[in-house]
Amino acid sequence: MIKNKTKMPVQDPDIRNSNFLEVALGYDLKLAKIEASRCLDCKNPRCVPACPVNINIPKFIKEIKNEELDEAYFTITRSNILPSICGRVCPQEKQCEQACIVGIKYEPVSIGALERFVGDYALEKQLNTIENIKDLPYKVAIVGSGPAGLSAAASLRRMGYNVDVYEALHEFGGVLKYGIPDFRLPKDIVDKEIDNAKKLGVKFHKNVIIGMSLTIDQLFNEYEYKAVFIGAGAGLPRSLGIPGENLAGIYYANEFLTRVNLMKANSFPEAPTPVKIGQNVAIIGGGNVAIDAARTAKRLGAKNVFIIYRRDMSSLPARREEIDHAIEEHIDFHLLLNPVEFIDESYQVKQVKCEIMELGEMDDSGRRRPVGTGKYKTFEIDSCIISIGQSPNPILKNVTPNLKVDSKGRIIVNNYQTSIPGVFAGGDIVSGAATVILAMGAGKKAAVAIDNYIKEKVDK
Amino acid sequence: MYKIIKKEILNKDVELMVIKAPLVAKNTKPGNFLIIRVNDSGERVPLTIVEHDKENVTIIYQKLGYTTTILSQLEEGDYIYDVVGPLGKATHIRDVKTVLGVAGGVGSAPLFPQLKEYSKRGAIVDLIIGGRTKEHLILVDKYKEFCRNIYFTTDDGSFGKKGFVTDVAKELYEKQTYDLSIVIGPLIMMKNTYLLNKKHNILTDVSLNPIMVDGTGMCGNCRVTINNKTYFACVDGPDFPADGINFDELMARQRYYVKEEKHICKIKLVNNHDKE
Repeated sequence: MIKNKTKMPVQDPDIRNSNFLEVALGYDLKLAKIEASRCLDCKNPRCVPACPVNINIPKFIKEIKNEELDEAYFTITRSNILPSICGRVCPQEKQCEQACIVGIKYEPVSIGALERFVGDYALEKQLNTIENIKDLPYKVAIVGSGPAGLSAAASLRRMGYNVDVYEALHEFGGVLKYGIPDFRLPKDIVDKEIDNAKKLGVKFHKNVIIGMSLTIDQLFNEYEYKAVFIGAGAGLPRSLGIPGENLAGIYYANEFLTRVNLMKANSFPEAPTPVKIGQNVAIIGGGNVAIDAARTAKRLGAKNVFIIYRRDMSSLPARREEIDHAIEEHIDFHLLLNPVEFIDESYQVKQVKCEIMELGEMDDSGRRRPVGTGKYKTFEIDSCIISIGQSPNPILKNVTPNLKVDSKGRIIVNNYQTSIPGVFAGGDIVSGAATVILAMGAGKKAAVAIDNYIKEKVDK
Repeated sequence: MYKIIKKEILNKDVELMVIKAPLVAKNTKPGNFLIIRVNDSGERVPLTIVEHDKENVTIIYQKLGYTTTILSQLEEGDYIYDVVGPLGKATHIRDVKTVLGVAGGVGSAPLFPQLKEYSKRGAIVDLIIGGRTKEHLILVDKYKEFCRNIYFTTDDGSFGKKGFVTDVAKELYEKQTYDLSIVIGPLIMMKNTYLLNKKHNILTDVSLNPIMVDGTGMCGNCRVTINNKTYFACVDGPDFPADGINFDELMARQRYYVKEEKHICKIKLVNNHDKE
């Protein structure tokens, strides 16, 4: 038994922190087979139920071992049409790999890396699932082309529905395009995997904002959809609520990352959308988005990039792997600091003042609550990127009064069914900001609920 | 791809386009805006929907920066890569009897649908329109169709009173007042007109045009501080009561990429001799 995971080759930290190419380079067949050989092929695999979309993990790993890579791909895509994406961005350490039996004694099987290997193999080989879809005479509209929408669309299409995906932006993929940087998830991979959904027969429409360009009522009454799935995501940045937050030079992570990821501001002026952060950049927050923002700032050429976080290192909500990558890339962590004020010169931010915190009693999240000490520390900055979370996008709820939401703006659902008959929802717009794979799981389960609804209500 | 149905040169800096975009036109109301990308690598630029019919939307733009300059290189029959909308909140039409519109430069375009709506609902509408020179006074004939009085002002005195819109307003307020003033133009002009209106106890609405990226409430680039609270112009606006807006902060945010804009114009618009 090989005790440790087979390491995936990565770009050297001091080279990669000035380029936007992918950090992790992926397994080749040899490495993949070594890693696949670590799987025990358990009779009652714990990894499968731990996967939000229940991929038959032991089966595809066995197929890698046998070099039946086409089969391995089809095994995965029966449950998940985006293996190259999920292999890269799923928090496997908290899902399938956490459940892996091997992990009890040694390091768990590197399931994510193997999924990515299979997905990339299929993309390179342009392998398509050939599926005989029996068309049903019913239309379903999907709002948003991010993980939840893509997953719902693919599932419904496979059931035979006529599926239209409506996207507000000019490219498809939602957070996969605007949120996650190229060095973690190259955009051509997102496009290619979305192409697979197109090949299933899902139709994609860009530049359509449901609620504005078309209302929910119009979708039902004029466009004759039998059901609508809302997967509009958590697109609204949360604010710190401290003085100076709207000064020039202060970004929300959404804006900063959208400028770079979607609008390609890193290649300005070749791409006409600019981004400007200067030499000293503070990132507020400790989640995956904060880490993405910090590493992006470094790649844009900022000299000093530091994370300001109000708890300690062990409480950072970001994935350990990403934190380690950030440290290797010379991102600094200033911990136990809570920003209280931004200080400007002619409305351009110059400093961020933080209260020094210490850890107190346990809070609801099971972490020790940061408590203010009354002492302060001030940092000189050229720009600041606020990254303390996102709330659901409010557009649809603003124009659809009978769509019930909770106090945080999340759509209220009962088995994916919203307060409007025939309208379903899933992903971050229901759960608040979570992960790609949880949204995909929700999309998949919502598709089943939609299928049941249409069969019951309409088919009679 | 969205076809340019009609293009009209309004003056040497300002042009009008009618674009076929049925899903934008379908639900458009006065005060809504749209976002365009001229080509497949283009930046996202917000523009007010000045008029619309069943399938088409009208925009008016000033050739100020890189994107509006390359937009103006397109002709009737050409296509714009992306057009999305309608965005923003429709204008909140107040229950008032007399309205003074104040337009500065190309601000005349976003003001037009709002003022027209007030007129349609029975309000008496006057207009002060200002521009750099006579040819910068745009849409005057269209305004004449429903405005009771129109007062003109130009920076150089080539038409109407020489000076600013506030100079005209000051004189006007000596003899009459209004229930509401809608002021749209450069931020400094909106700020100064608002301050004057406040002195005369005239309620002021403005339409803000901060830098935007997505235009759907996602990025927060367009945020504006009003009475110490944060609003997103794209989803909470773009129209706001002027009272309490931190105009100075907004101007600083507006200027954030001025250097970058000059740079891209310089290196990429080499054939355009009008630009720096």
